[in-house]
Amino acid sequence: MPENFRVKSSEFIDETNRISFKFNGKTYYGFRGDTLASALLANNVHLVGRSFKYHRPRGIMTSGSEEPNAIVQVNENTDTTEPNVRATEIEIYEGLEASSQNCWPNVNFDIGGINNLISPFLPAGFYYKTFMWPSSFWEKYEYFIRHSAGLGKSPKKKDPDIYDHRYVHCDVLVVGAGISGILAAKNAAKNNLKTLLVDEKNELGGSTLFQNEEFNKIENQSSSEWLKKQIQELKDLKNLEVKVRTSVAAYHGYNYLLARENLTDHLEKKDKQNKVRQRLLKIRAKKVILATGALERPLIFNNNDRPGIMLSSAVKKYADFYGVACGKKIVFFTNNDSAYESALCLHNKGIKVEAIIDIRENSDSKTVKSLEASGIKIHWSHTIVDTHGYKRLNNVSIMKLSKDGMTVTGKKIKISCDCLGMAGGWTPAVHLFTQSGGKLRFDEDNKVFLPSKYPSKQISVGSCSGDFKINSIIKNLDLNLKDFLEIKKTDFENIDVKCDSEKSKRNIWLLPSDKSIGKTKPFVDYQNDATAKDIKLALREGFRSIEHVKRYTTTGMGTDQGKLGNMHALGIIADTADVKMGELGTTTFRPPYTPLTFGTIVGRNVGEFFDIFRRTPMNDWHIEHKAEFENVGQWKRAWYYPVNGETMHEAVQRESKAARESAGILDASTLGKIDIQGSDSSEFLNRVYTNAWSKLAIGNCRYGLMLNEDGMVYDDGVTTRLGENHYIMTTTTGGAANVLGKLEDYLQTEWPELDVYLTSVTDHYATASVCGPNSKKILNKIVPDIELSDENFPHMSFKEAKIGNINCRIMRISFTGELSYEINVQASYGKSVWEKCIEAGKEFNITPYGTETMHLLRAEKGFIIVGQDTDGTMTPVDLQMDWIVSKKKYDFIGKRSLYRSDTMREDRKQLIGLLTDDPSIVLEEGAQIVSELNQNPIQMLGHVTSSYFSPNLNKSIALAVVKGGKDMLGKKLYIPMENKTINVTVSNPVFFDKENLRINA
Amino acid sequence: MFIINCPYCGERDQQEFKAGGEAHIERPKQPTELSDDEWAEYLFMRKNIKGVQFERWNHAHGCRKWFNMVRDTSNDEIKLIYKMGEKPPVE
Repeated sequence: MPENFRVKSSEFIDETNRISFKFNGKTYYGFRGDTLASALLANNVHLVGRSFKYHRPRGIMTSGSEEPNAIVQVNENTDTTEPNVRATEIEIYEGLEASSQNCWPNVNFDIGGINNLISPFLPAGFYYKTFMWPSSFWEKYEYFIRHSAGLGKSPKKKDPDIYDHRYVHCDVLVVGAGISGILAAKNAAKNNLKTLLVDEKNELGGSTLFQNEEFNKIENQSSSEWLKKQIQELKDLKNLEVKVRTSVAAYHGYNYLLARENLTDHLEKKDKQNKVRQRLLKIRAKKVILATGALERPLIFNNNDRPGIMLSSAVKKYADFYGVACGKKIVFFTNNDSAYESALCLHNKGIKVEAIIDIRENSDSKTVKSLEASGIKIHWSHTIVDTHGYKRLNNVSIMKLSKDGMTVTGKKIKISCDCLGMAGGWTPAVHLFTQSGGKLRFDEDNKVFLPSKYPSKQISVGSCSGDFKINSIIKNLDLNLKDFLEIKKTDFENIDVKCDSEKSKRNIWLLPSDKSIGKTKPFVDYQNDATAKDIKLALREGFRSIEHVKRYTTTGMGTDQGKLGNMHALGIIADTADVKMGELGTTTFRPPYTPLTFGTIVGRNVGEFFDIFRRTPMNDWHIEHKAEFENVGQWKRAWYYPVNGETMHEAVQRESKAARESAGILDASTLGKIDIQGSDSSEFLNRVYTNAWSKLAIGNCRYGLMLNEDGMVYDDGVTTRLGENHYIMTTTTGGAANVLGKLEDYLQTEWPELDVYLTSVTDHYATASVCGPNSKKILNKIVPDIELSDENFPHMSFKEAKIGNINCRIMRISFTGELSYEINVQASYGKSVWEKCIEAGKEFNITPYGTETMHLLRAEKGFIIVGQDTDGTMTPVDLQMDWIVSKKKYDFIGKRSLYRSDTMREDRKQLIGLLTDDPSIVLEEGAQIVSELNQNPIQMLGHVTSSYFSPNLNKSIALAVVKGGKDMLGKKLYIPMENKTINVTVSNPVFFDKENLRINA
Repeated sequence: MFIINCPYCGERDQQEFKAGGEAHIERPKQPTELSDDEWAEYLFMRKNIKGVQFERWNHAHGCRKWFNMVRDTSNDEIKLIYKMGEKPPVE
């Protein structure tokens, strides 16, 4: 049975509710209300992990989210395990399993500990400096370096938990439920403001909740008693919502905040089932009150990182709140009065305080006097020069400080102890304030950065605004709240507050030792093992900017973001470089304040909900017929239809042949469709397309090319004139939304005088495209009333028709080069019309084909696909499509750019065809093209944009863009691949049916 | 994340909007009359200043209307919003 470190029972711990948990495989017991940290300390377990770089043994330092050392792996199951959880934030539950990180084989015997012995050889920048040569070896070094670095293990399987997002709107958001936050929220809600109060802990009250010092009284009660009544009164407020275990992660502009609400992490496994684990709150607040408190600072001295060395306030909280003694012989080391409060509280609970070491020369506050009276030895004007004990502190060596605080003198005194509480003063938690864009000012007197200019409707109150004494906190809070919330009175304006006041201050960022700094280890960033020595080295090597020093030494770059040591890093830089801290500035505080799980960030948007997807009305048919699908933008398009176990290549070859030899059918519903109406529609089309539209007869279709104002091809498609003032435009599948946006932009901003109305009708119509020599016969069966002769229904024209009772629009247009009809019907009839076409085409072996065959067929014809054969740098001239650019029109979008000196260069990349000398070799799309193989460096002329094996030509064909390609017809070029070079010949990009006879076949 | 007061719909979250670059750059009425340099000035030259900037915004996931915004890019404060075609305020 381990020794019991529980002291007097605490009202916050339920000792009737004993909980068992495992740490590093061993079973321990704690009580309901314990955190993993407090329960371990109650079992006298201080050693919980190894440091990142030197693998030094580390213990629990704090009692909150600022913890740098006690970060553990939760859940032993490798599928669902979670790394980097702070033991100080885990509320224990029955069955909890946790283990140390960053150690192997275990925390007591860690092989990486050898790094500590060779640490003189591991200064800041060690890896950068050492593994530079030879540069080609980096890949080999990296393997080993990555292996020995890293915190924790990531889970192997998909996260099984449920996460959620929620939007929250309120008049006032109060962040932090210490005494300031509680009073602020209460008075906001009382004044009819919809208020939300959040706190990262599971209890409201902050540190005042266990504040029972005899010198701190509110209305003649202890401040904790008074605060508990205030908390009780919150329950009756209708306008107030309170969320505990909720940590604000980010504070963006316009009072938009993100908070993580932890809902089930504290529950037993059986109670977690089917519940939302964590919820991301997206909060939009009219006003924000930051009451985020302050974090206690450590002190920076030699070997200040041993297990047992903690923050003074944490030692106090473990005793006061959790009823746990952090040791049997406790020493405090301080530069202010707060260590005395901790020492008194421990003393009153019967925990032995060995001594207090104070770097100040004296202090005569009531608290200090009272401690002196209790007989505890105070070493004034002393500092710790070294500590001892590998896995647990066992003594500290102290020496007298010189007057200037730069050196130590006199005899070394050893004090035996098992726990050291450090009190280095307080750092206001201004992280959220600065995230919101707020600027800080440096308060030389208290050595703190404080909020100065508020960028939005917000205010910082309590200790995060630099008020550290309860009487000034309450007084300032009253004034600030009235002003900020525009209320006449608060319910605490005249209360009587008494507290002790501190009269003596002394601050030394880096405390001296009797050894030279090179032989000491004064840790500034515990998690990243950055010492004061590293910072000084960085300055010696010429780093000046605080941001550079941070990155070079990795100070403040761990999961705790340097909440404890950042101020010391700044102070040491300022002292060493002899600049003022206020001028040095701070590093940027970036969200999140504490790490978020990926689950919380993505919420419900996982798996099939990761992105929306669109399906055509014929989708079910494609699934029934075993189509493979590809994603085109958000659309799921049928890619090819394998039968009898065909490969993709086999299926595409079969589909392509069928479409040319008899009949094929394609689901073209995804093409963008924009309905254009209004008396200026023709003029509008004239301005947006490169070709002329005024003379297009009603009932006819025309292909159009659309440019950007810079002259580059933007989109293409066929537009049909349905009536005098009525067109329907088709766009590429991927470009539909952007084209509509662009057209609307021009209409609203450049040409508001035009009478044109645009409506997106992409989803309203389903389109079946029937092509091939037998398509006319199939159409004849479906719409027998329409005369399909070339005279009555020629290529590039349109007819309205009825299939049964279903109205349809039939366009005779072709993207394959075959005789082809596109049948458009209201989307809800899409599948039945599709099935009718299939039924009618049966006798002609009508073959459904997917996007891959469509691409192959159009490539045989040399038709471009915008976005595949173009990339935003191709003009119509580059594409050899000069024929579609009107010379007569005075203006259209992009016209002027076609005459810029750059767009007229002869050596631009131009679209050509490529034939491989060995017709069986199919080129890789994206492959680079060269004309000389013996150059060094070899000059790239262009690349392959589309490449297929054409079953109709029985050879490989490709489209490519090549510098000056227009004039290269017949030229031999080379495509160097990884292990061979492919010889190709430049050809016309139209490979099949150059005379265009088949569209009228 | 801003809150933008669409002149047609009222206050909406920024995620409903799309930014459209600098405002009050009119497309030349007679592009063919312009020299390469003059055309390039219209085509490519956009201000990107730290401070008060005139911008175009579109309520893309709303009424789809374009409008103008005066925004201080140093602190994202929206100083004014006015409709397309309305004159910019005198600085």
